[in-house]
Amino acid sequence: MEQIFWWTIFPYICGTILIVGTFYRFIFRGKSWYAPSTEIFEKKWLRMGSVIFHYGIIFAFIGHVMGVLIPIRFYEAIGVNEHLYHFGAIAGGGLAGLMVVFGLVVMLIRKFSFPRVRVHTTLADYFTIVLLLIIAAMGTYMTLIYSTTVVAYEYRLTIGPWFRSLFTFQPLSELMIGIPTLFKVHVILSFFLFASIPFTQLVHMFSFPARYPTRAPQQYRSRDGYDKS
Amino acid sequence: MKIKAQVAMVMHLDKCIGCHTCSVTCKNVWTNRPGMEYVWYNNVETRPGPGYPKEWENTDRYKGGWVMRNGRLHLRAGGPISKLANIFYNPNMAELDDFYEPWTYDFKHLHESPKKENLPVARPVSMITGKYIDKPEWGPNWDDDLAGGSAVVPMDPNVQKIQEHIAMEYEKTFMMYLPRICEHCLNPSCVASCPTGALYKRDEDGIVLVDQDACRGWRFCQNGCPYHKVYYNWNTHKAEKCNFCYPRTEAGLPTICSETCVGRIRYIGVVLYDADRVKEAASVEDPKELYEAQLSVFLDPFDPEVIEKAEEQGINHSWIQSAQESPIYKMAMKWKIALPLHPEYRTLPMVWYVPPLSPIMNHITNEQELSADGYIPAVDQMRIPMEYLASLLAADDTAVIRRVLLKMAAMRVHMREKTVGGGDKLKVSKLLEEAGTTPEELEEMARLLAVAKYNERFVIPTGRREMDDGLHYKQGSCSIEDLAPPEGMTTYPYERNESQ
Ligand code: SF4
Ligand code: SF4
Repeated sequence: MEQIFWWTIFPYICGTILIVGTFYRFIFRGKSWYAPSTEIFEKKWLRMGSVIFHYGIIFAFIGHVMGVLIPIRFYEAIGVNEHLYHFGAIAGGGLAGLMVVFGLVVMLIRKFSFPRVRVHTTLADYFTIVLLLIIAAMGTYMTLIYSTTVVAYEYRLTIGPWFRSLFTFQPLSELMIGIPTLFKVHVILSFFLFASIPFTQLVHMFSFPARYPTRAPQQYRSRDGYDKS
Repeated sequence: MKIKAQVAMVMHLDKCIGCHTCSVTCKNVWTNRPGMEYVWYNNVETRPGPGYPKEWENTDRYKGGWVMRNGRLHLRAGGPISKLANIFYNPNMAELDDFYEPWTYDFKHLHESPKKENLPVARPVSMITGKYIDKPEWGPNWDDDLAGGSAVVPMDPNVQKIQEHIAMEYEKTFMMYLPRICEHCLNPSCVASCPTGALYKRDEDGIVLVDQDACRGWRFCQNGCPYHKVYYNWNTHKAEKCNFCYPRTEAGLPTICSETCVGRIRYIGVVLYDADRVKEAASVEDPKELYEAQLSVFLDPFDPEVIEKAEEQGINHSWIQSAQESPIYKMAMKWKIALPLHPEYRTLPMVWYVPPLSPIMNHITNEQELSADGYIPAVDQMRIPMEYLASLLAADDTAVIRRVLLKMAAMRVHMREKTVGGGDKLKVSKLLEEAGTTPEELEEMARLLAVAKYNERFVIPTGRREMDDGLHYKQGSCSIEDLAPPEGMTTYPYERNESQ
């Protein structure tokens, strides 16, 4: 029962909140959708924290796609053996994890230390940073220390297939039974974070302005409801 | 030919008395709300001085506007790819301290202080943090009327550029006021800097606006504008800027700053231009040719071909008629006495300035006996260095400034003769020839510059509304709905209530 809850019901609840909440906010609360910046209040620490964190989390995202979304068969097919994969995952993932953790710590210190920033930090901001920090620290620990000293856990045989099975609506929750607790907590907290996205400023991650390089530099618009002819 | 109409403004600097009424009325209408305390859509600077924000003309630091690289027009701060790479941190953006930390006073203490030996005082309180500020060190117009003296004047990038020793002794100093709003440029670099495409120029009247629903707060527009006239609202996390009081201009009324201008220095009117030629005009290699290039995009509103094309393209009769009566067209395009601010930024700004003359003429003590020819060297040796004005208004081309000042001086001579007598000096002097003008033109100029009434200074056609189905709603709506908190007192630090 417990297993069905955590690995079937809980992920779907979180996923639903994420999708419905995000669309709701985008459509009905458009003015609350932004990349929250306090750069106008403080620049030096932001430069260090924000840049390293954001690039780190992009690398970490790519790493998770490689580890969880891409099936192990793919690596076998292109001749990447387990040893090679884990070496790459530890080096690349470890670096990304350290960047994320470092960036978050800098941003957290910054939020405390500059009154102008501190006053305008909400509970939701702290929640997001602290939760991200816990998840990232666990991930980094698992990549750098757990997998080198305890066991190089092959999540590509358990977590990976389980995660993919969520998308086909045939959840293989039994795969998650025997995995190390550390991994279990990491996954559960991550889903919790996903569910919180529509309620925090994290929504800005869906707003990467990818069309910018190809659009015309100058934008003209006509007034609404106005027929020019 | 793609004809568009643009509402534009001329400010006649000779008449500005530096009273800041424009700034205050603008602030009360648009920016007196949380997140916008430090914002002045309209500000009046004493020049020479650093301006607001400090040293906004320092393009090496803020990297606003456009530059020519390898024969092509580029954003100085970098194009789309480099902007996306810098999206997590904008190295060129100004900080709050480049503006100032806005503050109010602890007035409550005056009411609540117990009886004491000394009078209670209201200490300054930061509107950002809600904490006391022991000693405010900079604020809007901190350097008003050169009050910063020699400590502040050298911060002016134009002063640094002309590298002339600016005399600060009382008898030799000069100063002028420079009221500034958004220029509603024809080639706005703020629009091109926006990754989201939230900034846009309106087809109908050329007003540049920020779509508050689309803005994601990437902040590249703030320093992408070389005039530093886009501001980041730290409360809503969106960019906001001068909107040329569009709810007023659409109703045929002048902007609040113009309506309330004490010196009546401001003029508003419509000009027609060819949108297809804008890029070409902004791309001439030599910055000194930008002024003429900019003038070349405007169309003659009396030309039958232009009228026909404009009507074909949906510009209606009242707009064309307004373009014909436009004070802007007369001052900037016909008489060429109004100049664009910093044309070298290549945004083709649409607020034009008539350079100030009076402080120069104060130099002349023997005006009674002076022959008209005597004004020619007087213009050349005026109190405000020609290089300084040229650095502001003519991409360092002093010839442009000289021509305008001669014309203004000629107008003065001519009108003086006409009203207080003194013979026909002007007809025999070289002043008319050097200034390239005629007595008839001078009289027309004098009328518009000195005695023009409200509806000659503001020729604003109403926006077309007949196709608008939301009229009933819009009638009672607020232009800053969802951006401003509900009416009432704000306490500091302001806490945002997300459920609002
Ligand atoms: S002056 Fe106004 S229109 Fe021009 S670039 Fe700046 S904000 Fe944009
Ligand atoms: S209200 Fe008019 S005269 Fe007064 S400072 Fe503003 S522009 Fe100058």
